[in-house]
Amino acid sequence: MSAFKRDKKEEEDGGGNPFQNIEKTTVLQEARVFNDTTINNRKCTHILTKLLYLLNQGEQLGTKEATDVFFSMTKLFQSKDVILRRMVYLGIKELSSIADDVIIVTSSLTKDMTGKEDLYRAAAIRALCSITDATMLQSIERYMKQAIVDRNSAVSSAALVSSLHMTKLAPEVVKRWVNEAQEAVNSDNIMVQYHALGLLYHIRKTDRLAVTKLVAKLTRMSLKSPYAVCMLIRITAKLLEEEDSGNDSPLFEFIESCLRHKSEMVVYEAAHAIVNLKRTTSRELAPAISVLQLFCGSPKPTLRFAAVRTLNQVAISHPAAVTACNLDLENLITDANRSIATLAITTLLKTGAESSVDRLMKQIASFVSEISDEFKVVVVQAIRALALKFPRKHSVLMNFLSAMLRDEGGLEYKASIADTIITIIEDNPEAKEAGLAHLCEFIEDCEHTSLAVRILHLLGKEGPRTKQPSRCIRFIYNRVILENPTVRAAAVSAMAQFGATCPDLLENIQVLLARCQMDSDDEVRDRATYYSSILGQQDKSLYNNYILETLQVSIPSLERSLKEYTQSPSDQPFDIKTVPIATIPTREETELEKHKAEGMIISNGPAKPAVVSREENFAEKLSAIPGIAELGPLFKSSDVVELTESETEYFVRCIKHCFTNHVVLQFDCLNTLSDQLLEEVRVQLDPSEGYSVLKEIPCPKLPYNETGTTYVVLRFPENDLPNSVGTFGAVLKFIVKDCDPNTGLPDTDEGYDDEYMLEDLEITLGDQIQKINKANWAAAWDEAAPLCVEMEDTYSLSSMSTLEEAVKNIIQFLGLQPAERSDKVPEGKTTHTLLLAGMFRGGIDILVRAKLALADGVTMQLTVRSTDGDVAELITSTVG
Amino acid sequence: MGIEISSFIRSLFSKTEMRILMVGLDAAGKTTILYKLKLGEIVTTIPTIGFNVETVDYKNNSFTVWDVGGQDKIRPLWRHYFQNTQGLIFVVDSNDVERIGEAREELMRMLAEDELRNAVLLVFANKQDLPNSLNAAEVTEKLGLHSLKNRIWYIQATCATSGDGLYEGLDWLSQKLKGRQ
Repeated sequence: MSAFKRDKKEEEDGGGNPFQNIEKTTVLQEARVFNDTTINNRKCTHILTKLLYLLNQGEQLGTKEATDVFFSMTKLFQSKDVILRRMVYLGIKELSSIADDVIIVTSSLTKDMTGKEDLYRAAAIRALCSITDATMLQSIERYMKQAIVDRNSAVSSAALVSSLHMTKLAPEVVKRWVNEAQEAVNSDNIMVQYHALGLLYHIRKTDRLAVTKLVAKLTRMSLKSPYAVCMLIRITAKLLEEEDSGNDSPLFEFIESCLRHKSEMVVYEAAHAIVNLKRTTSRELAPAISVLQLFCGSPKPTLRFAAVRTLNQVAISHPAAVTACNLDLENLITDANRSIATLAITTLLKTGAESSVDRLMKQIASFVSEISDEFKVVVVQAIRALALKFPRKHSVLMNFLSAMLRDEGGLEYKASIADTIITIIEDNPEAKEAGLAHLCEFIEDCEHTSLAVRILHLLGKEGPRTKQPSRCIRFIYNRVILENPTVRAAAVSAMAQFGATCPDLLENIQVLLARCQMDSDDEVRDRATYYSSILGQQDKSLYNNYILETLQVSIPSLERSLKEYTQSPSDQPFDIKTVPIATIPTREETELEKHKAEGMIISNGPAKPAVVSREENFAEKLSAIPGIAELGPLFKSSDVVELTESETEYFVRCIKHCFTNHVVLQFDCLNTLSDQLLEEVRVQLDPSEGYSVLKEIPCPKLPYNETGTTYVVLRFPENDLPNSVGTFGAVLKFIVKDCDPNTGLPDTDEGYDDEYMLEDLEITLGDQIQKINKANWAAAWDEAAPLCVEMEDTYSLSSMSTLEEAVKNIIQFLGLQPAERSDKVPEGKTTHTLLLAGMFRGGIDILVRAKLALADGVTMQLTVRSTDGDVAELITSTVG
Repeated sequence: MGIEISSFIRSLFSKTEMRILMVGLDAAGKTTILYKLKLGEIVTTIPTIGFNVETVDYKNNSFTVWDVGGQDKIRPLWRHYFQNTQGLIFVVDSNDVERIGEAREELMRMLAEDELRNAVLLVFANKQDLPNSLNAAEVTEKLGLHSLKNRIWYIQATCATSGDGLYEGLDWLSQKLKGRQ
């Protein structure tokens, strides 16, 4: 009775999980009964269950433990109990990767997979494949081939799927089973047919011709299994993408014909494939869209969801085609399934006209509180796209966003709203004041530290330039009183920005900073003291260098340099100029990042590690090469330059690594000839005047289809900057050894010298300049006036027909970073001023102002300010 | 009282269960012997990678026979099946004179194992039908069985394909093992 009571109590406590309190050691101990002379089936089944439970909970077994329990488990083969045997199979699969000598069950499993008991066969195949390695596979090959074509569909499927797994281990062996797989494709069973097609495709997928044949054959016979047809559609679509034939090919016809298939799954797959083909035209799109339109009205929520999700995707690439479905999408706005409704609305937002924005926004507002964060993010992204499309609607959208900000929501959701507001502010100057005001309000009640810090940083940057900077300060100072130390520190920094930029507010800011010096947190006090003393100096250049401009160096590099410095003590002070400068992501990259996420429900993977600059990566690689480490820190690595066509015998690309006084040319060479082995591969340069070649590092061996690297170290012309821009002739030199294409082994030990002409290589001005981001370019410009040499010249860029083109070319040519968004030319203007900043090798600052005027070609007045006169001269002279 | 009677009756009528381990060099004929005993017929066998296990019922005895493969790479794994083994059947290919020394080494190594100290040893001098095979006495000598101390052992000349000698071996085993229980 008491036992009963306890049981009942335990049940209540433990939520009914009978395995809750089991321990590994106990279970392993219990597993010893497997060795008994007579087997108790029920007891052993129970113990095995516990063992499997533990393993699935993530419990780790050591090799010895696993091997012991594995061999004990093999003793259970003497029992004929069906349930126990199937548990043993599961146990074998779990332990096969941990235990040693698992091949001990090979014979037993082979017997089971070919035996009379159908319940054993499929499971035995799966277990057998889990214990088999590449060397053992041949011994079971015969049985696998038989099983693939077995009449029992479960056996056949198991064999096919296991074969698919085995291709990872022994692709060559599995390839020999292609005839059996072929036969299984003709099976009447839908799963067998699907699995057989999967295996067949996997075996052949590296051989384009074979895939083409396979597809041609299968598209002609009608497959019974809808799963197989779906798979065939995917294969066909992939083939279509790779092939450059037009959409009138039989492949496309097949996909289109699947739109009339009787299975909804196939119809959807076909529509999805057509919509996602890169070259689809609107005419071909129409039938696919009408199918999706039909699905929008389906009673099945899965179909509606699939259809609207696909339409949502197409809305980006083919907005016009989706317009036809607008009416159906409108109906879905009130769908009981909120996921469908959200996708419908965001699709409409993408395709709709400016006039419908207000109405749709109202509709969203009615249910936005009912949907999950994930879908709210989709809505926010749609709004962002809308704001960029219809800048005049910013007030409606901004109000909506600020209302969303006030709602409950997770960090990701809030961050995406803040991002959107920031994007709108950046894109649309009219929206700036209102946007900043919304953000100010938001941080009044923001529970996410990281978000608050970001917004404070933005306020510090943008706030001082609004009409009434003082308005923001109240919000910022409130943070100092109310928030946690991290936010307080960010607020202090933001206030200092106001002090540095707005002289009339300086006095008040100083008072506030003085109060912050009483803060309980070290960081907050430190920052307040630091800023307060700099602001006290009343020196513009100090403001610029230590408040307005942030650290330009790449943080991982700085960390590494400091670590090295502390580990090898030297008398010299640490020089921050030796740290590589952080690379600024190009516009295209950032755009790309944004575009990827646009309007899609994507589960983001784990956070990416901090981006290490390209230079950092190269620096590590180069420093491993003798003779290069002495050149000092790497200043800049250029983009990849191709010195040959990509389909020639030898494919050579070059990366130019610029150091303070040296340049290292990295040549990546690819040997595309299967019957040649190259040795002593090097590039002979014919350098222009002033350059001297210090060292060549050849690549000792370059087999077929491998990339090898050879380096050339050059010294820049000394005291002769104008000559540092030059063109080099280049020849690839090497020793050829003819070899057997199959083995890659040379026929003889003797080779012969050969060479290959490469395209000329240029060292440009841009190679020697690193981009630098100036947040406050104007201040830096003024500050530079007394310290720098100024050069000015006027040019006529007759080949340029628009200002955008001129701006793009200048940025590319000089390799400088545009500041204050001056790379964007407002529409309809005929004059523009481009502001650029950068650093020449050796740490020489450069500021460039280019005044452009459009009149029958572009006229440019270029003003360069640099700490080094020669550099300034070099820039003005090379531009011409 | 009731329990005692029932256990007595069970001991009278139920089978005696015995755990037998059958090993030997590869191609000695272990798997053929096992299935001749189990099914009474000759099955085509392939080299055993791992083991076969069958229960053979004979004269009110139930033998659980573990036939473990004899290839080089599997021999080290025999030890996993020593535990609780009451009878050891060692199968020798009497026709393979060249490898009988190797067989002897494997046998001696095994008999030195602590887990097998109480197991009785039955040697099958198999393949007696082949013209050049050694007879039981010769095999005994080559294996050095006479030098064994503290071991109950017996050698039986067999021919797995005809079944000759197999049941005589089992008779000996059941008699020895019964005596112990």
